[in-house]
Amino acid sequence: MIRILIDPVACDAYGYCAELLPEAITLDEWGYPIVDGKPLPPELVDTARRAARDCPRRAITLRERKGGR
Amino acid sequence: MHSVSEAIPTTGRYRLLGHPTDLAGHVATLGPAPLPSAGARGWREAFVSVLEASGLAGRGGAGFPAAIKLAVAHAAGRGGTILVNAMEGEPASDKDKLLLIRSPHLVLDGAQLLAAASSAQRVTVCVPGGREQVASAVSTAMAERAAARCAPVQEVMVRPPDRFVAGEESALARWVESGHSLPSFRPDKGTALRIGRKGVLVHNAETLAHIAMIARTGPDAFRSHGLVEDPGTSLVTISGAVEHPGVVEVDRGTPLIDIANRATPTGAPQALLVGGYGGSWVDPVHFTTPYASLSLRAIGATAGVGIVIVLSQDACGLMESARIAHYMAGQSAGQCGPCVYGLPAIADDVTRLARGQVDHGLMARLERRLREVDGRGACRHPDGAVNLVRSALGVFATDVAAHVHGAPCPHWNRPSQLRFPQPATAVSR
Repeated sequence: MIRILIDPVACDAYGYCAELLPEAITLDEWGYPIVDGKPLPPELVDTARRAARDCPRRAITLRERKGGR
Repeated sequence: MHSVSEAIPTTGRYRLLGHPTDLAGHVATLGPAPLPSAGARGWREAFVSVLEASGLAGRGGAGFPAAIKLAVAHAAGRGGTILVNAMEGEPASDKDKLLLIRSPHLVLDGAQLLAAASSAQRVTVCVPGGREQVASAVSTAMAERAAARCAPVQEVMVRPPDRFVAGEESALARWVESGHSLPSFRPDKGTALRIGRKGVLVHNAETLAHIAMIARTGPDAFRSHGLVEDPGTSLVTISGAVEHPGVVEVDRGTPLIDIANRATPTGAPQALLVGGYGGSWVDPVHFTTPYASLSLRAIGATAGVGIVIVLSQDACGLMESARIAHYMAGQSAGQCGPCVYGLPAIADDVTRLARGQVDHGLMARLERRLREVDGRGACRHPDGAVNLVRSALGVFATDVAAHVHGAPCPHWNRPSQLRFPQPATAVSR
């Protein structure tokens, strides 16, 4: 089970993550990402990795979560 | 300068308040802190088992079991720091100020006991800049202890800035390390805090005083107060529409209204604010709720840092909530977007609601903002503000309906019944 973790201190609302991964990330009215919190579907993991890599603030990490929720 | 309100005395055999302030009187009344003697074996195990048996939960807001916190700190290795958190950033709280002014040795004994149990090499007491009465009590006590050689590890005091979030434990550890009073993003909160490579154990001043008492009395005296699942006593600061504001020591499980009554409300309360400005309004139907973690959680509240504020019938709960929301917005550390932008937006919405200046989309917008801001900061500061506003919308639901229809309370622009560091008269739009 993989989930997306956003460091709210690092995040500066560039918003690329929500463009790349609208299935899991939306933006609030100020442009900061909201993660839906559900386990990431396997077919989205590669895109999520790209979102983490491309974040200008390096604010995204992917977490392996044992057992999942 | 903060003035510290009077303590209302308590009865019972276990108590934190009412002991002598000076070292000689403290030791004569309570006995010396039961620290390990040189070469003693098994002291740590015995101390930990007493702490475990007591069931003491932290009194700084999170209510985390003290014995588990100690185990984490011990695992972080030797040479760490015990940080005594006397930041008490909640404007309506006086309990830690009072405790350090009246019983500084109890707090310092608790820190020394934890230092011995976790092999820490230093006790650092954090008192905010500007609170000179507390700082002077702490310095006097430290000097007495150094002279009497009853401080096995070094005791020092530091003076972080006097701000709401400065007492958040990661912000405190970071301030001591680097001078930046900012909370850290810690997705794994169970891991030990560190200063450099050394572990740091942060405890609220009241929790440490309990540890010092429990180590002397044993767990049973502590457990003779309160509930089986939430034992002991707690310090609570009572303010608002009362004749005698002050700090009381109550058994856990005491009904909320009985706590409020200790300070003599000026009339039948309209609502109680429990847990401080990141806490919750409580409706009269829940006034008999026991002051205990599980019972409060069941009604959507928390004990927070022991605070009970009485709101009188002639006050506007929505306007008071708007003032709190603005205060909380202004106290953001300024690091996380949802807190920086969300809290002022929420405060503005609540202010419009309080004034009866309600546009068509306001309620839906406010609900969405509360939902979206909740849980999205590095620390729990925004969550507290959201919780407070949510509770206001529930407890003052009748007022909300009237305000939405453009009819604010007749009292909405009265002076606040709440305490703020600066006069809270100007709720600006």
